[in-house]
Parts: sequence; structure tokens; C-alpha cells
Amino acid sequence: MAVASTPRNPTAGPLTRARRWAAGFRERDTWWAYGFLLPWLFGFVVFTAGPMVASAVLSFTDYSVISTTHNVGLANYRSIASDPYVLKSLKNTLFMTAMWVPADMAFSLLLASMLARIDRLGGFFRTVFYLPVLTPTVGVGILYLLLFNGSYGLIDRALAIIHVSGPFWQTDPTWIKPSLVIMLLWQVGTNVVLYLAAIKNVPQQLYEAAAIDGASAWRRFKDVTLPMISPTLFFTFIILTISGIQLFDQVYTAFYNPSSQGTSTDASLLAVIYLFQQAFVYFHMGFASALAWMLFGLIMVVTVVQIVVSRRFVYYEGAAK
Amino acid sequence: MRDRWKRLGSLAAAMALVAVVATSAASAHPTGGTAAKAGTLNIMGFGTNGDDVAMSRYAIAARAVAPDTVAAPNGGFNDQAFLAALASGNAPDLVYMDRAKIGTYAAKGALMPLTSCIKSQKINTKQYWPAALDSVTYKKQVYGIPEFMSVRAIIADWPVLKANGVTLADLNTRHPAKLRAAATKMFEGSGGKVSRIGFDPKLPEFFPLWAKIYGVDILSANGLVPHLNDKRAVAALSYAVSLINAQGGYGPFLSFRNTWDFFGADNQVQKQQVGAWPMEDWYVNVLAGSSPGVQTLLVPTRDLHGRVVNYTSGSAWAIPKGAKNVADACKWAKTMTATSTWVAAAKNRITIRTAKGQKFTGLRTGNAVADKAIRKLYTKINPWFDQNVTVLQNLLQHSFSIPASPASAEFQTAWTNAVNRVLQGQQTPKQALDQAQAEAVAAIKAAK
Repeated sequence: MAVASTPRNPTAGPLTRARRWAAGFRERDTWWAYGFLLPWLFGFVVFTAGPMVASAVLSFTDYSVISTTHNVGLANYRSIASDPYVLKSLKNTLFMTAMWVPADMAFSLLLASMLARIDRLGGFFRTVFYLPVLTPTVGVGILYLLLFNGSYGLIDRALAIIHVSGPFWQTDPTWIKPSLVIMLLWQVGTNVVLYLAAIKNVPQQLYEAAAIDGASAWRRFKDVTLPMISPTLFFTFIILTISGIQLFDQVYTAFYNPSSQGTSTDASLLAVIYLFQQAFVYFHMGFASALAWMLFGLIMVVTVVQIVVSRRFVYYEGAAK
Repeated sequence: MRDRWKRLGSLAAAMALVAVVATSAASAHPTGGTAAKAGTLNIMGFGTNGDDVAMSRYAIAARAVAPDTVAAPNGGFNDQAFLAALASGNAPDLVYMDRAKIGTYAAKGALMPLTSCIKSQKINTKQYWPAALDSVTYKKQVYGIPEFMSVRAIIADWPVLKANGVTLADLNTRHPAKLRAAATKMFEGSGGKVSRIGFDPKLPEFFPLWAKIYGVDILSANGLVPHLNDKRAVAALSYAVSLINAQGGYGPFLSFRNTWDFFGADNQVQKQQVGAWPMEDWYVNVLAGSSPGVQTLLVPTRDLHGRVVNYTSGSAWAIPKGAKNVADACKWAKTMTATSTWVAAAKNRITIRTAKGQKFTGLRTGNAVADKAIRKLYTKINPWFDQNVTVLQNLLQHSFSIPASPASAEFQTAWTNAVNRVLQGQQTPKQALDQAQAEAVAAIKAAK
């Protein structure tokens, strides 16, 4: 591997940086690197960047695939502001995300903490917790219909054992979103594995020092474990939030597939489902593109806020303060 | 320096190769990789994995277009695949789709009017049931050739009726109060749990039927004016929802209905989990196969004046704009729906079912002449199924359908959501249908 001999100068201007970049092509390794990157770059341009640029352009048109396309300026974006279903779907999406993200993180952390204490059979339980992640999301949607049946579902039968009468999860608008969140907890396996790895990485001497100082188990968890795994928590927080805003498969399968149209309801209308309907059921591709960009903007804003706020809570070992 | 150019050249060549491969893949025919060419009829939405009725007609139609060949990849009609095909300039020659979609695609200019096709192939449009033809006619032009005809009647589980002292006359939709009394008589449930539904109005799907019973079509004949908040539609919805509320309410009602083994041997009729409900005719075939011993009787739905009303839907053949083999497409549509083809398919089905020891319960097609001929082929099964088949055949002449609309999907979403909002107690029928009317009007205005 050839190493650039010139020292890096962070204050170098764009022209200098461009020259240095071009100079890299004198090295054989640079060519190899770009050669290996080529398939990915091609895929990125064709399947991600290209469609993104196209959808940005389409969001200013009334494109419907079939009819003649006209430039409509900002009309699609104005329609977003006046369409009551956009607001409804956004409220539902944010409400579900606000419920799901902390619930998922707390549940995953609980399971990971328990797994960290198990020596024997640890591998077995890790596999058990991870297996649901392999279940297709469409399958989870179908499973939801069976488990959360308001009279004869497994959840209600279990509740009946402790003399609790379960609600009608799928028909009562108040319970639709909470029941969907509970269903999503079925697939916490990935976060459990991440948290477990982070917990195992916490230096043991920190716990020993805390124990010598008389810290209780709770204090050790709160003041040692949580700060030390905070980068992982932060990472999952961002990923889950983005996933929450993009939720689609499970909810669509449960409430919007042709055979379950009897239960589709305003309470289960999520932003991406509404986007999908506009694009592929009503063929309002221009409007759907504008919706996609609005969601992209929303995700960007939320993520930036999370990053800014996180600076106060996330501890990076060895990071300069 | 020379090496550098060599390497640059290799990189450019590699990029070009990847681009060529990708471009070729992208331009491949979206309906299965068969490029449209003369002498090939490309069909979308109708494959070679259909049932015996589909396949025997397929063979006849394939002979009609021979020596040209047919490319018909398996799988039903898919909007996304169709749109992708149109966008890429590779429109199939023929599509097989739900009649409810015809108006929307016609309004967007995706389908060809079949005027010249009908003329050139001498297709007798009078042979089709008027309701079927209405649903493929947009702005007075025919855009589809009707295929199957779905018929709806009330299926009554006779042992349940008998045990509860309910007669078939009690299930007459002409007398709503009597029907509700019959429903509550047959209903069983306690402690917030339903164990038998007396009468299921089948909401939201059958709301158009209830509106018709109360005397209103939810969409004008030209498909442009919704009548969703007509006071008769509001009354119809109020009544249909009251049937559910009288039987435990929507939550327990739907929860119980979702537990039915609809296609299995332990279906809701076999297990006496339902007294009666309106249903499409194909379910008679399901029962004949899964539980031939059930004792069901069919009751036609009637409006408040006592006239029989049959809510019908079905499929159709349509030719997209940009189709390259219009002549074959037209010939195929004609042959698939011709009287002789339907009769041949019915005879073939009788042979197949007889060999398996099964029964033939008839076919309901969009072709009135074919239906009459097929009816003569029917042989008696038992008094129960004989009654069922007779009622279904007699219903055809009283059919109505939702007319072709430029915004059929939005229109359906509007009324489906309205019914669901009422069922879930979020709005009154008037509020929900007022909202649905406003949404449907806006959608149709934008689409036409």
C-alpha cells in the first residue's frame, strides 16, 4: 500500500485538495480502490441518487406515468399543506414513533442486560431473541391479525387468565397504534445484540471501582453502564426514529391489503402508506414525490435535532471535549 | 504517463461495460422478458396458471390467433407492472383487469376505445349483460370486453334458520325491521364475545348494495357524479350498521368473523357460525368443494319496493394505447368471451368434475347468451345446491354495477373509509358520507 507522503494540511483550499485527489491516480492502489468501488457507485447512482433527483424533479409536476406531464410549480407542496390526510398520517406516524422508539430501546436494553448476566445458554437465548428478526415483515403483519384478535386472539386469551378483558385492538381507534407498537417489539433482536455487545465492552474495573465505593446495582447501571453504552444507544435511537417514520410493511399488510380493507382506518394511516396510496393506487406520482421530499426533510430535521441534543448525553471514550 | 492512460482506459471500459449490461437489463420487457414483436400477442394479467375454465378458453383463443404465438406470463393484473410497461414504451397488447379499473385507465388515456375492434371483429355487444357493459363504458365509448360476472345473493344456513324459527321470508331485504329481528334471533353471544352472527351485512364491501336496496346508485351512470350523501345512502348505511350494533357491536362482530375458516372444511356454514349473509356466487363453488353436505339456500336481495337487485362486478379485456398487435388482441378478447368458447369451457369443466366425483355448479359470465346455454348443461346435484344455482342464474338479469369512473380507486377509498369511520364510532353516517362525498367529488373533478 502506498502512503501519501505529503502531510495533510486542513487549511488547504479546494483547488489544492482537488489537485491532491487527482495526484492520487498516479498510484496503482487508487485505481484498484476505485475499481472495487465501481459496482457500489454504479448502484448508488442508478438506484438511489438517480431516483432521488428524478423524484425531486417530479415533485414539481403532475406526473402520473400515463397522462401528459405538466409543470405545476409548487402546487404539490401547497397541496401537502392543505390535505387533511397528510396531517393525519404525520400525526399518526410521529405518535407511533414516539411510542415505539423508547419502548423498543427499553425492552432491548432489558433483554440485553439479562443476557449479559447469563453465562451458560447465553448463545441459545441470543439466537432465540434474534430469530424473530428473520421473520418477513409481511408475516409479522399477518401474525398481528391473529394475535391481536379482540375476542379470540392469543393476547386476549392470555389477559383473560389474569382476569383482564382486553380491548378490541384492531377496531378501536384508541388501541390500534399501541397494539401495532407491541407487535413491533417482536423484532427487537438486532438492538438486543448491539446492546449486549456494548455492555460486554464496558471495562470491568469500572464496576469493581463502583462496587468498592458502595454503589448499588441500580447506581452501577445508571452511572456506569448507561454512559458507557450511550454511543450505541444513540446510534439505535437515530436508526429507530428513521425506521419509525418510514414504517410501512407490517401496518400495510394488517390494515390495507385487499382482503383486510374492512379494517383500514384513519388511525392506522401512516405517512408512507399515504404516500404509497397516492403514488401506486391513485397514480398521483408528482404529489407522492413531494410527500417523499417532505418526509426526507422531516427525517433530516429530526436527526439533526437528535445529534445536537445528543452532545449533552452521549459519552465517547477518549473523545476530545 | 502511458500507463496512466492505459489504466484510465481500462476503468472507462469497465464502466461502459457495467452501463451497457444495466441498460440492457433495464430495457428488457417488463412483462417477462419477451420483447414485443410482430406475430406475438403479449398479454398482461392472465397467465397459464388459471383454472380449467380459464385454460380451456385459453387454448381456444390461442388457436384463434395462430400461427401467431401468445406470451402470457403468470400472475394477475398489477397496476405497478402495467404503469412501468406503459412508461417504458413496452405496452402489452392486451390486459385482463378488474372492470372497476377500466374507467380510471380510460380517463387517463391508457386504454384504446374498442369501437374499431368491435367493428372489425364483428363483436356483438348486445350479447353482454347490460350491467357488465356499463362498467366498461366511459363517456359512451366501450373500453373493455366483459368476461366473468360476479353475482351476489344472501346465503342462508338452513339448519340455523330452522333452529331459530326464522324463515327465508324473514331475510327479505325489502323489510328491514323484519330482517333485523331475524338477525338478532339467530345471533349468539355473551360477555362481549360473539359465537354466532345472525346476519352479516358485509360492510364495508357491500355498501353499494345496501344503498341500492334503499333506492340510490352511489355513482351516476356516467361515472362523474357521486351520490354518497344522498339521504337514501345515509339511511342505508345507518340501517346496515344497526344490524351490526344489534349483534354485539363492530369490535366483537369483526373479531369473531375474522376467526372463520372461510375456505376450509370447518367453514362458518359447516360450523353454524352464521345465519345468513350476502355473498358473491363463487362461494357456492367453495362450499360445494369444501363441505358438500351443507344445507344452504340463497335469497335474492330486494330493494324497498320489492324489486330484485343484484350487485355485480367482474373482469374485462382491454387494449392499452401503444399496443403493437391490436388485431390479435381484439381477436383474443372476442374469442375468450364468445358464447361457443364459454359453452366449451363449461362442458370441459363438467367432464373434469365428473371424473373427480365433483359437481358442476354452473358458470356466470358477462355473456347473457352463453349463460343461457350453460344453464341447459346443469344437472341436478341436490335440492340445496339446485336451489342455489337457480337463484344465481335468475339474478343475472337484475344486475347493476358501479359505473366506470375516472377516479374509481379514490371513489372506492372515500366510501370504504366512510363506512369504516361509522363502524368504529368516529362519525355518524351523515358526517362520514358528507366527507366521502366531498372527497369523491374532488377526486373525480381532478381526474376527468
